[in-house]
Amino acid sequence: MSQRGELPAWVDIGLIPLLNLAVAFLVAGLVVLIIGENPFTSIWILLSTPLSSLGGWFNILYYATDFTFTGLCVAVAFHAGLFNIGGEGQAYVAGLGAATPGLLLGGILGAVLPHGISQPITLLVCLICSFAIGAFYGWFPGYLQAKRGSHIVITTIMLNYIASSLMVYMINMVFRPVGKMAVESRGIDDAYIMSAREIGRAVGVKIPASPINPTVFLALITAYLVWYLLWRTKLGYEIRAVGANTEAAIYAGIKPAKIIMTAMAISGGLAGLVAFHEVLGAQHRLVLDYVQGAGFVGIAVALMGRSHPIGIILAALLFGLLYQGGTDLSFANQNINRDMVVVIQGLVILFMGALEQTFRPYLGMIFTKVA
Amino acid sequence: MTTPAIELVGIDKRFGSVHANKDVSLSIAPGSIHGIIGENGAGKSTLMSILFGFYQADKGEIRVRGTPVKIKSSTDAISHGIGMVHQHFMLVDTFTVLENVILGAEGGRLIGPALAKARKDLTHLAEEYELDVDPDAIVGELAVGLQQRVEILKALYKGADVLILDEPTGVLTPAEADHLFRILSTLRSQGKTVILITHKLREIMAITDQVSVMRRGEVVANFATKDTNVGELAEAMVGRSVLLRVEKTPSNPGEVVLEVKNLTWRDKKNVPRVDNVSLTVRKGEIVGIAGVSGNGQSELLDVITGIAKATSGQIIFEGEDVTALNDPRILRERGMAHVPEDRHHRGLITSFSAAESAILGWQHNPAVGKSFHLDQKAVIEQTRRQMQEFDVRPADPFLKSAKFSGGNQQKIILAREIGSNPDLLIVGQPTRGVDIGAIEFIHRRLIQLRDQGKAILLVSVELDEIRSLSDRILVMFAGRIMGERAADVDEREVGLLMAGVQEAA
Repeated sequence: MSQRGELPAWVDIGLIPLLNLAVAFLVAGLVVLIIGENPFTSIWILLSTPLSSLGGWFNILYYATDFTFTGLCVAVAFHAGLFNIGGEGQAYVAGLGAATPGLLLGGILGAVLPHGISQPITLLVCLICSFAIGAFYGWFPGYLQAKRGSHIVITTIMLNYIASSLMVYMINMVFRPVGKMAVESRGIDDAYIMSAREIGRAVGVKIPASPINPTVFLALITAYLVWYLLWRTKLGYEIRAVGANTEAAIYAGIKPAKIIMTAMAISGGLAGLVAFHEVLGAQHRLVLDYVQGAGFVGIAVALMGRSHPIGIILAALLFGLLYQGGTDLSFANQNINRDMVVVIQGLVILFMGALEQTFRPYLGMIFTKVA
Repeated sequence: MTTPAIELVGIDKRFGSVHANKDVSLSIAPGSIHGIIGENGAGKSTLMSILFGFYQADKGEIRVRGTPVKIKSSTDAISHGIGMVHQHFMLVDTFTVLENVILGAEGGRLIGPALAKARKDLTHLAEEYELDVDPDAIVGELAVGLQQRVEILKALYKGADVLILDEPTGVLTPAEADHLFRILSTLRSQGKTVILITHKLREIMAITDQVSVMRRGEVVANFATKDTNVGELAEAMVGRSVLLRVEKTPSNPGEVVLEVKNLTWRDKKNVPRVDNVSLTVRKGEIVGIAGVSGNGQSELLDVITGIAKATSGQIIFEGEDVTALNDPRILRERGMAHVPEDRHHRGLITSFSAAESAILGWQHNPAVGKSFHLDQKAVIEQTRRQMQEFDVRPADPFLKSAKFSGGNQQKIILAREIGSNPDLLIVGQPTRGVDIGAIEFIHRRLIQLRDQGKAILLVSVELDEIRSLSDRILVMFAGRIMGERAADVDEREVGLLMAGVQEAA
């Protein structure tokens, strides 16, 4: 095991992810070949279509926004030595926090304050509530881990299912207006994040159709804040200390149980921002299943991005490209449907995540020979 | 002369920079109980792991009944009739005794025949060696002593002629240990050979025929048990290495900084690891705690520094009862610094940069940032200063902690703890695995700190270190303080105290 950590940094953060990605594409290509399609044209469509139009780029950024939030969510927990599989559920439940203030508070504030003031205040409350509910839903498995010893991987997975059922119930029985057929809340007009296209229209610039909205900047700011938290605050130091060496952390007077719960709360809160983005920025109402697997993609994003915010942003863009390219590919080729794209993404996650260490020993051998 | 049951010739093994076994030769007579004694880290377990096929020796030869053999795995060892009872049992808790016994000797796809055979054999073994265990009991539900019996049965069932026991009594109550010794004598009388690894002198005296003493990877002495005594063994174990004398003036002790009263700490099995310990440390003196490692020194340090919670007793630090505090952070803030015994697992975080490790425990110090903020510049600046003052090489605050040599890692830790200007410094094994140059440096710094009027509590398994640094020496054995001696005490006398012999002449 002496090869671990002995590789040059550029190999560790550059070559290994790219190699894994290449192998994932290779295997995906084989799958495409098996169903009788040309893998080269498929991959070409997958990669080139989204990049050849402004709308495609915007869609990539739109997906990358979600993936950045969930990637950061996984990364913060990871630095504390925890594997948070529950980003999906945390992001879903946080929809309650995103929608409720918009539906209740927005109307009240709107009645007494001018629109230009009530909207930002409502949005801010929505943002805080999204984070808070996500944080609670992350804190809870953290509490179970810290105080009861229940393994976080198991509890977060189970809480994903609970989140799913809970949200179906809440949206159907509580949020759905009487008489409405679709299982969704009424439109949240009092906390409405305009899309780039709508903003462009307001100032007279034509922008292609895409759900991209200013929340993408929130993702960048959040990434910076997470970096700041982890490497420039005492709390971040303690989180990393617990993750790196719990015994040394105890020696240093850090209480691991407290740090585990705190890190999981922050982690869940970050996933909760997906709800803010999706519910208020894209859907403009509370709908079913808006998270669409972003929580799971976040795991791959964090692994590929080495749990560093910059890496996470880059990996989020890559997965944004795969998502958008996958959609384009399913339009271009009838035989390759959405499920096929999920297979490709799954392979990427498999090679980036579970098999991430596969090539490391070999590369280590090559580099020790060369050096 | 009969052929030795086991012969080890020139066994040599390195783990990176650690020379675990240096040219070890050992001969074990058949039908005897042979003790191997030495402190933790003396290389006993490595040697036995080589014999049992867990490690391969870099050099040397193993002979079983006179024939040179290659032992590449435990399967090889078992086929040569060598069985091992590990310190931490290798049992499947949810299996029955019978199922555990046939583990690795199932003899086919269906285990029915093997189970039937094992049941029969077990009855024989039980009669022959006083090894009664219910074959259908679930192992996890058995008492520790019985679990150990299952381990012995396992080895015998597989046809072991030579049985290695690694620290077998560590987990046993005295009554269970006595029973184990009876079993071992029965085994001997039936012609089996037993190798007993331990660091407890009493056991060696009680049961063995021959004893080999290991120190720092070497066999330093061989005795026939009846011709030796506890004092001689203790002396051989602790050794008389080159004296590292430090220049120092007589101490000038001031007021009491730390007072420990009747402190007891029991582990999860309710065994008192620290047993009714009382001590005081005054300003301007170094109090050394000597003892063979594993006699409660580590636990004592943990309790005093707030890492573990005292079961009973009192800790008074600077006139205030801090027993219930149980918080290393608050104790640090009040002026209690702690250089831990194990620098890799506690002293620093190997994956962190040197600068990050250099604030471990002091991350809330206002000097490295106000409120929640951690001031990177201040941290780097402080680390640079400390590295310069303590001559850490390379003086690079950004280098990963793991990349420094042992001595430099230790200097980073000392710089951190001494740099906090503490009233009391608690130091565990300050020079373990540190090169000579760094040892001198560290010793000088500790004396210097004492001369500044600070109180120092020193724990070390190096008797020379204790003797050259301390103003007063306390000796710990089995969790208790055996006695207090002045710094110029006779080495032999301390050796006896370390072996648990209360009243030395």
